[in-house]
Amino acid sequence: MVRTWQSRDVKTTALVDALASDLSGVLGAREVSNLRRLTGGASRETWRFDADGSAFVLQRVRPGTVGGLKQEPSVLLMAAQHGVPVPELVFDGSASTALTEPFMIVRAVEGETIARKIQRDDAFGLARQNFCRDAGAALAKLHSIDIAEVSGLENEDQVVRYRDVLDFLNQPHPTFELVFHWLRAHAPVSQRHTIVHGDFRLGNLMIGPEGIAAVLDWELAHLGDPMEDLGWLCVKAWRFGGAAPVAGLGSYDDLFASYEQHSGIAVDADAVRWWQVLGTLKWGIICISQASTHLSGVMRSHELAAIGRRVCENEYDLFQLLEGEW
Amino acid sequence: MALPHDVPTSAQLLEAVRQWLERDVMPAVDARLQFHGRVAMNLLAMVEREIEIGPDQAVEHSQRLSTLGCADDSELAQRIKNGEMDDRLDEVRALVYASVIDKLQVANPKYLEK
Repeated sequence: MVRTWQSRDVKTTALVDALASDLSGVLGAREVSNLRRLTGGASRETWRFDADGSAFVLQRVRPGTVGGLKQEPSVLLMAAQHGVPVPELVFDGSASTALTEPFMIVRAVEGETIARKIQRDDAFGLARQNFCRDAGAALAKLHSIDIAEVSGLENEDQVVRYRDVLDFLNQPHPTFELVFHWLRAHAPVSQRHTIVHGDFRLGNLMIGPEGIAAVLDWELAHLGDPMEDLGWLCVKAWRFGGAAPVAGLGSYDDLFASYEQHSGIAVDADAVRWWQVLGTLKWGIICISQASTHLSGVMRSHELAAIGRRVCENEYDLFQLLEGEW
Repeated sequence: MALPHDVPTSAQLLEAVRQWLERDVMPAVDARLQFHGRVAMNLLAMVEREIEIGPDQAVEHSQRLSTLGCADDSELAQRIKNGEMDDRLDEVRALVYASVIDKLQVANPKYLEK
């Protein structure tokens, strides 16, 4: 079983049957069965199904999402060619109208994405030991791809982007202003310009018994400083309560050693820290944004409302991270 | 107790609802509702803390803002952003940090123990 069901999102059986029939047509499969909705990202619907005895995952752009599927299928292919563990792309529907919205179909990878289980269950003991090794290797391979080989990925200045988001949300956070000030004053001189996954963390990694089985959720992939991926992986929110700095599972040293071994490039710990600070700030701004989803009435939910009062945890994390660094 | 109201106080009313959720509702619902129930209980406890310590915190925060010559957090944020506080950033950071601690004392005091 991968991720939890969200059967309440499935409005009618007829819709599901129609989708199954469309999928059968796309794949030329005799029988599509067990079609069910999984939890997905903000801009993607994710479905799992069986076709002629094999398990597949459908990712379809949520109606109304700007930008379509973009370059996701081609990035997935490129990552696979360079040895990054990813699900096998079976059908690139980025330009197809067969399912109304752009989509892609990948072969299902078995494992677990729920951080709490990966961190605690006996079944993942070996995976926990291997996590830093696997994460360092996967990121080193991803970052080794010549960006001339992939078209359509955007350069994105993360500081500018989140500055704009915070301004748009229009909530006063003096801590975040102090941190923006620090980020500008201490920006690392980017040594390399590579593909960046953009959301490499527990929750977006399929973990098998021995380690990372597949890197999922490539919708935020862009071009930038590869250290962004390492810093994001070390953000406190992605430790899910664990004490160890890397995903609550491992040490900076183990992650950096694996990355250096597989890339041949030394990791600048200060650059990773800068990205970790930016990542922590980003997460704080995303929390404000989630609360505003409730406050604006887009989706009324006391859970989203509660997230608004977690922003100060982020502010506290930032002060802890930057103690002695200002 | 806020005049002219009778007991229970607003904090005591919230506490009563929170304890009812914990005692009667939580054991009777499935795991998904229990998760949402815990979120709800945490929110009630948060407001109870805000009712208790919020008024003193508001006074202290006003003092911090007046030390920095700002009417409110919006003005403070704007002036940091515009570079108008660059000559006193150490002082600004200390006062902003104090306000973050106050926010956590209400929102999630356990976070400070980590």
